[in-house]
Amino acid sequence: MITEETPLHAPLEIGFDYTRSLGPVLAHFMTQLANRRITGIRGSDGRVHVPPVEYDPHTAEALTEFVDVSDVGTVRTWSWVSHPVEGQPIQRPFAWALITLDGADTALLHAVDVDSTEQIHTGMRVRVRWADEPVGHITDIAYFVPADAGEERGDAPTPPRPPATERAEDGTVRTVITPIQLDYTHSVSPEESRYLRALAEGRMLGQRCPECEKVYIPPRGACPTDGVPTTTEVELPDTGIVTTFCIVNVPFLGQRIQPPYVTAYILLDGADIPFLHLVLGCEADEVRMGMRVRAAWKPREEWETSLQNVSHFEPTGEPDAPYDSYAHHL
Amino acid sequence: MTKQRAAVLGTGQTHHTTKRTDVSMPGLLREAVDRAMRDARVEWSDIDAVVLGKAPDLFEGVMMPELFLADALGANGKPLLRVHTAGSVGGSTALVAASLVQSGVHRRVLTVAYEKQSESNAMWALSIAPPFSMPVGAGAGGYFAPHVRSYIRRTDAPDHIGALVAVKDRRNGALNPYAHLRQEDITFDSVRASQMLWDPIRYDETCPSSDGACAMVLGDEAAGDAVDGGAAWVHGTAMRTEPTTFAGRDQVNPQAGKDAAAALWKAAGITDPLSEIDVAELYVPFSWFEPMWLENLGFTEEGSGWKLTESGATALDGTLPVNPSGGVLCTNPIGASGMLRCAEAAKQVMGRAGDYQVDGARKAVGHAYGGGSQYFAMWLVGADKPVG
Amino acid sequence: MSNVAVVGFAQAPNVRNTQGTTNGVEMLVPTLAEAFEQTGLSKSDIGFWCSGSSDYLAGRAFSFISAVDAIGAFPPINESHVEMDAAWALYEAWVKILTGEVDTALVYGFGKSSAGTLRRVLSLQLDPYVAGPLWPDSISIAGLQARLGLESGRWTEEAMAEVAARSLADATTNDRAQRSGDAEVAELLANPVVADPLRAHDIAPVTDGASVVVLAAEERAREIVDRPAVITGFEHRIDSPSLGSRDLTDSPSTRAAAAAAGIDGVELAELHAPFTHQELILREALGLDSGVRVNPSGGALAANPMFAAGLTRIGEAAKQIIDGTAGKVLAHATSGPALQQNLVTVLEGIR
Repeated sequence: MITEETPLHAPLEIGFDYTRSLGPVLAHFMTQLANRRITGIRGSDGRVHVPPVEYDPHTAEALTEFVDVSDVGTVRTWSWVSHPVEGQPIQRPFAWALITLDGADTALLHAVDVDSTEQIHTGMRVRVRWADEPVGHITDIAYFVPADAGEERGDAPTPPRPPATERAEDGTVRTVITPIQLDYTHSVSPEESRYLRALAEGRMLGQRCPECEKVYIPPRGACPTDGVPTTTEVELPDTGIVTTFCIVNVPFLGQRIQPPYVTAYILLDGADIPFLHLVLGCEADEVRMGMRVRAAWKPREEWETSLQNVSHFEPTGEPDAPYDSYAHHL
Repeated sequence: MTKQRAAVLGTGQTHHTTKRTDVSMPGLLREAVDRAMRDARVEWSDIDAVVLGKAPDLFEGVMMPELFLADALGANGKPLLRVHTAGSVGGSTALVAASLVQSGVHRRVLTVAYEKQSESNAMWALSIAPPFSMPVGAGAGGYFAPHVRSYIRRTDAPDHIGALVAVKDRRNGALNPYAHLRQEDITFDSVRASQMLWDPIRYDETCPSSDGACAMVLGDEAAGDAVDGGAAWVHGTAMRTEPTTFAGRDQVNPQAGKDAAAALWKAAGITDPLSEIDVAELYVPFSWFEPMWLENLGFTEEGSGWKLTESGATALDGTLPVNPSGGVLCTNPIGASGMLRCAEAAKQVMGRAGDYQVDGARKAVGHAYGGGSQYFAMWLVGADKPVG
Repeated sequence: MSNVAVVGFAQAPNVRNTQGTTNGVEMLVPTLAEAFEQTGLSKSDIGFWCSGSSDYLAGRAFSFISAVDAIGAFPPINESHVEMDAAWALYEAWVKILTGEVDTALVYGFGKSSAGTLRRVLSLQLDPYVAGPLWPDSISIAGLQARLGLESGRWTEEAMAEVAARSLADATTNDRAQRSGDAEVAELLANPVVADPLRAHDIAPVTDGASVVVLAAEERAREIVDRPAVITGFEHRIDSPSLGSRDLTDSPSTRAAAAAAGIDGVELAELHAPFTHQELILREALGLDSGVRVNPSGGALAANPMFAAGLTRIGEAAKQIIDGTAGKVLAHATSGPALQQNLVTVLEGIR
């Protein structure tokens, strides 16, 4: 029985500035925001929707009749945030509210800057605090303040402004950019953790499935054909063959290696499944199916719990493996 | 339990292009939905339920976008389902919609699939390397190119087959007013001269990155009977899945695809697909996948797919036209691509395929795959009602 | 239309933070095994598989794909996936059995809610043009809804605390619950508000978990268990996403689903209410009188594994039929901000 160690985990951050094209209704709304004006749209039942909706909630018909509304309105309900999360409009304690602007029949969701729950109530009149430099984005409404608020509270801390997009020649805002940054904790299975810890010691550690007896590297929390964790540990050499490969010539966002380079399925001697890695140490067009390769390890001081400890695989110069010996791994 | 008959009443799709910056996501969907509802001659009140499919939410940065799209889809107060089975999702979404009718639960179902790739960057989203992993991913092309190489090695296919498919599909696409790439002047030599991106896959042998949507209205037997000029009747559907990797997995000719095809032929009473099927819309994002899928689906024996392609059989005037619409090689709004295959198959048997109509098409296959060639969804539609 | 029944239910321990992966394999392997043991079935007996999960919970595209490893999905399986709570995967599987193509199905849901900051991640469910960019967290959205009811007199803080007290007390007998305990309403109300108007007890915990439900056509079901939980009503509906234009104190989609499903005479209801006031909205929309026992499992307030919690409600309700405790039960699942989308299942122990 293998002793359990805590599985490995590490931060996973994903971030992208999403570009959202708007279509005619939202483009008009955003363009108006850039001019510090708020526009709604009339629904099939006569209600004025703010923010505007492209399609009527009841009839699903496309809506077209814009209606300008006030930047002053009434709080319909609210909730309190003691600890704002990243990206929220006010980066100190604040209230979310559904606010019906004068001239509108539906409520807009936004933030209200007040210093405590004592300072806000349903029915309260609030007005827009515009961003200093509106760009045509919902955050041009920086937040709301009580309608009778003076300057004594000062500006609330706000998150970074979204990047502005190029406008059409007539000034219309056709797209908005919304950065989305998320932080996760990424974990790997206990089985893969053992393999990664072995890599940190310069060892290739696979595991055998107790049912099909195939040797998996990396080992698996569940053998994909039997649905049970792999168990028996198998030390594997750092030599093997290229089963198949591709020469990457295309650059792309997020790429970590300069093209051209060869990504290949490497089948270690004694393993029953190949993994993807790089083949260097020869010209890309010299890489062959069946070519014998050996791991080129990074200097020991750079080792961590990752297959990246192997910088790449390189040819050993031995004769190629016959096709029949690996045909069933393609 | 008795399966009810189901039929495609109408289809619709957007104009597809790299960036549909003229519309929002709701607007993009409605372009396809409105066309499908007009084609099917139905009103919102006729629709009992909506089924939406798309590929990963990270592509558009909206978690479960069907929630915010409910008004635009006329789904308010109705059942709305969201399917996600990787790249095959457009196909499996159509199949779920069909099952809602076949089960007798609903009479008319609107189904729609989309991708608005221009909201982000699919290569980025697909190549995010989680901690501890080896960052060798190079998007879908980097994933599939080694398997294309394996196919070539395994079958001794001549290396020009990929270019033949590319020329055929791009020229077909030129006949399709909705296609993203419409290249009537493309030539074998120009494809062969295009840049090698993911060797052995050349630039002109890869699909574009598209914004687009596809929609269909499916109905029960009574609704199908009422279609002017005839509905596309569902003769069979099949879905199969296998793990991404396992010891000894055949990545060139995956068992899940073979099993799905066998189930499809059985359900539809087909014993000789090559002679009985009039047209096939196969999910071919890289040109080499045409011969690979011809074998996988059982149109020809293993190792012979490229011969079928080389013979011209898959051309628009061939014995088995494959992707007369231009296929994924011309138009790839990822989540919608599978539904486009199903819809194009339906258009052929309804006689509504315009300039790329295959003469006398009575039975057509729509096919989709996804993940690491591990998710398969396909249907067979016919101009005649299925027997039994 | 013929009948389909629930014949098995298993769930992973519901915990604040598993050490497992976001693809759910570690939670699913033992849970699937438990479901197979209960039903005497094996993977080759399953005609159709369907799961529910979310890429955004895991933080990467196609995160659900490796979950099929837990099945050992070779030879290939007939399988589908919804990017929704697995209660909707169960709906898809139910439909599949009704087509007559298969007579068994296994449905699973999983979610490692702890991998990210759940309340922030969920703001990505809102309109991406006018709401999402403000990052309204899910707890604040629920707070807006709760206050509307409090100030309009639809419910009270006491009623909300009673929901919490009852749920936590019931959860003391649920060995898979994450939270449980005996607390008086007065004690709960003495605690401070944490997201005014909500107190900690009003908010479901962040939960990692998974659950599995096995379905069979009625005839087959009777071979598997003595008393299958026959599905006699299964409906779901969605409401407008626009928080500012619909009545957040009501749930028309629940009301419509229940009317179509036919819930008269249910003795017990498992309701998927991640906030105390949402149970009050649901009870009202469903028209449940005080005789109907609500959430004997403790409900989502005791454990709320995202994308599995709705399926778990159906499993818990079915269990009451299978073990002979009840004759007709209701299970509900929700999805989306402020109860936007709702599903109602009615299960009966028909002889």
